[in-house]
Amino acid sequence: MNQSVRVPSLAPAARTPRRLRLSMGREDWIMAGGILAVGVFLIVAVALPLLALFVKAFENRAGEFVGLANFAAYFSTPSLTQSIWNSLFVASASTVITVTLGFVFAYGLTRTCMPLRGVLRALAVTPILSPSMLPAISLVYLFGNKGFAKGLLFGNSIYGPIGIIMGEVYYTFPHVLLILVTALSMADARLYEAADALGTSRWRTFWTVTLPGVRYGLVSAAVVAFTLALTDFGVAKVVGGRFNVLATDVYKQVIGQKNFPMGAVVGLVLLAPALLSFLVTRHVQKRQKAQLSARSVLLTPQPQKGRDLVFFAVCSVIALAIATMLGTSAFASFIKLWPYDLTLTLTNYDFSLVDSSGWTSYTNSLVMASSVAVIGTAVVFGGAYLVEKGRSLPLLRHAISVLALLPLAVPGLVLGIAYIFFFNHPANPLGFLMGTMAILVINTLAHYYTVAHLSASTILKQVDGEYEAVSASLKVPFWRTFALVTVPVCLPTILDILVYLFATALTTASSLIFLYTPDTKTASVAVISIDDAGNIASAAAMAMVIVYTSAAVRGLDLLVRRFGLARFQRWRQR
Amino acid sequence: MLRHSHAVALTVSAAFTVIAASLSASAATRLTVYTALENEQLEPYKKAFEADNPGIEVRWVRDSTGVITARLLAEKDNPQADIIWGVAASSLMILDQGGLLEPYAPAGYDKLKAGFKDQKAPPTWVGMDAWLGAICYNTAEAAREKMPAPATWADLVKPVYKGKLVMPNPASSGTGYLTVSGWLQQMGEEAGWKYMDALNENIAVYTHSGSKPCRMAAQGEYTLGISIEYTGASLKTKGAPLEIILPKEGSGWEMEATAIVKGTKNLDAARKLADWAVTKKANEAYNAFYAVTAYPGVKRDIPNYPPNAEEQMMKSYDFTWAAANRDRILAEWSKRYNAKSEPKT
Repeated sequence: MNQSVRVPSLAPAARTPRRLRLSMGREDWIMAGGILAVGVFLIVAVALPLLALFVKAFENRAGEFVGLANFAAYFSTPSLTQSIWNSLFVASASTVITVTLGFVFAYGLTRTCMPLRGVLRALAVTPILSPSMLPAISLVYLFGNKGFAKGLLFGNSIYGPIGIIMGEVYYTFPHVLLILVTALSMADARLYEAADALGTSRWRTFWTVTLPGVRYGLVSAAVVAFTLALTDFGVAKVVGGRFNVLATDVYKQVIGQKNFPMGAVVGLVLLAPALLSFLVTRHVQKRQKAQLSARSVLLTPQPQKGRDLVFFAVCSVIALAIATMLGTSAFASFIKLWPYDLTLTLTNYDFSLVDSSGWTSYTNSLVMASSVAVIGTAVVFGGAYLVEKGRSLPLLRHAISVLALLPLAVPGLVLGIAYIFFFNHPANPLGFLMGTMAILVINTLAHYYTVAHLSASTILKQVDGEYEAVSASLKVPFWRTFALVTVPVCLPTILDILVYLFATALTTASSLIFLYTPDTKTASVAVISIDDAGNIASAAAMAMVIVYTSAAVRGLDLLVRRFGLARFQRWRQR
Repeated sequence: MLRHSHAVALTVSAAFTVIAASLSASAATRLTVYTALENEQLEPYKKAFEADNPGIEVRWVRDSTGVITARLLAEKDNPQADIIWGVAASSLMILDQGGLLEPYAPAGYDKLKAGFKDQKAPPTWVGMDAWLGAICYNTAEAAREKMPAPATWADLVKPVYKGKLVMPNPASSGTGYLTVSGWLQQMGEEAGWKYMDALNENIAVYTHSGSKPCRMAAQGEYTLGISIEYTGASLKTKGAPLEIILPKEGSGWEMEATAIVKGTKNLDAARKLADWAVTKKANEAYNAFYAVTAYPGVKRDIPNYPPNAEEQMMKSYDFTWAAANRDRILAEWSKRYNAKSEPKT
């Protein structure tokens, strides 16, 4: 309806023509139905549970309405408000570091011909494969008071802001990389040719062509990094020491003191900066132009010895640092008793000794992660397509894009409790989902919706709306364009999303601890309880089993890319 | 002779039970049991109970005390658990205040030690075994640093331990809270806070989990961890160079307990479990892990467990006072020790 405002293409003459329709045809009904379905999913899986929790912020512990009293109590307690500044500091610092490193890395992968790009990329995304327990174990083994590399901290303690920032950079790096690689991989070679023909310096081209082109990706990446670092509680819990942040405050209120109202207040405080960054995203998004018009020529980097070597060196250092974290846990999983008996042993991999559910939790994890990946990719990508290219229900489409960004800002712990309040309510007709695998799948998909959605919409924004306009004027239904043009063009990103959802579903635990039953316990939940019982080496071993599984899927993905995708991506060559 | 007829009776009754079980339902009654027991305890307890109660299957949902209690509270309007077996009594008191528990006096309840009983009749929860606050002391690190072993809580404020000591944050951890409330009850509030002011100077890190300080001590991250004696004993058995010190003044303690969840659809089976949980046999199973159990006389030595645990439990430790003053104490604690949040090196 108002598509003329959306997605202006590079060639103004080719703007989508406004079509006059008097009634909705079959195609429009199907499209509206799709938008409605995705909208309902997000409302049920994200909005309503959070609402069920956040009304608690206005109640006392007995459930009576008390207005803003909890907020007044919160803001007049300095030991609580101090955490706001601590959190903002830690999240900002790790965002600056991660986005800078991530941009350099992504640039190296997409715009240079540095050697070993596949290997470097594979190493760089490993943090996404690891449960949050893994960096926690590695950081302590490396930089703890008995750590191998303690000297690198120059006498500072890992337990505090330094440890949190290091952990968050490790944890958010692949998320940022995923978005930036997507953003940087779509560039119109013609712009660079024009710049070159005009004799523009490389530096100037970078500032006037490259950076503006990935502005949306950069802002998305920063928002994701900031929000993840702000809300993550795993790293802060283990290496936070005496440094209090909002995410650990939620834990203290909800788990330590069973004070759900105050937990909800801290949850809302956590949401505020995330909403602010969301507004920034919207603002930049509106100005984003499609990178790839129907006439674009995809940029293929040309070898350039000096530049390639410099990028290779820098990216290798980053990849090595990441690999060291992973290697440390791999090593830890074979150690008999760290740091006193460094004999190597395999017994840590015999999980029946340390966890009553043994290997069943692992098979549960596989079922859960595969469902999240397959269903999730279809919902997320389809949803993002309908939001970006859809023509009807503008309000709902807007709501979807708002709701899609929300889960990122919600700590898993908060989402898990919110699910109990909403789905377990006696009056909820969806109550039958409690205790099933389905609720774990829905919860995990909702929790990780944001990054997947951002990747999908980043790439979809870069695909010119002209394709839809042309097919509309040729009377080709939108699903054919979707299946024959959009999906093949976006296939690398679709695979990224699939692998991302699989890996995160395999590693997530913080919200599942409230929802699993004996029949649906997952491996990531087992990692936490094994570690809780003091079997650190076995926890590392289970974490490594998860990593190996994700890595195998990742390897499969690379094979598919190399041999299967080439066919669809030939258009990238001139 | 007597033994013989007993065996016959047993066989007959067992046969009847099997027939009854197979007649009553094609599938066993599945009890959803929420617990904070350690993983290693789950299988032996389940097996022992199911052997005596054919037709009932135990399905564990296990997590840390804090998480499992929060989950039970959140599920309040529509409980998913049938029974709680092995969660801190102080947590069960919170659940009881919320009206989540079904009062029930298990058969044989009167045999238990008085300290393990709820004040109410019929009780809403029943104690199983006890654990207490302890200091995990890494002998390898201490020898290297030439650090003497503390014998009392008072010793811990000595300058020699500065930056070598970790304890759980009482706002996150039940163990942390029972230790703090133990000090306040023991020393009186004024002296208690003064003690903690001095102690705070020596604490390197406040952790979010109660067993974590002991695990850090076992890894040599810090030399001393204020934690739970149970964790210390089990880590020592795994080979960690630990000594488990029960301070002379006595320690705050806590017990694991059983309670039936109000609204369970399997009330009969839940009662059977509650009955079984107070038997001597059950207590012998607990005794494989904990030195102090609710059943008088069930007291076998456990490897690496401090021998005098029962005497070191503060006689005067008042659970009701601890529960009633919790919010006030935690607010005061956070005010004093949270705001100054820079990490100590």
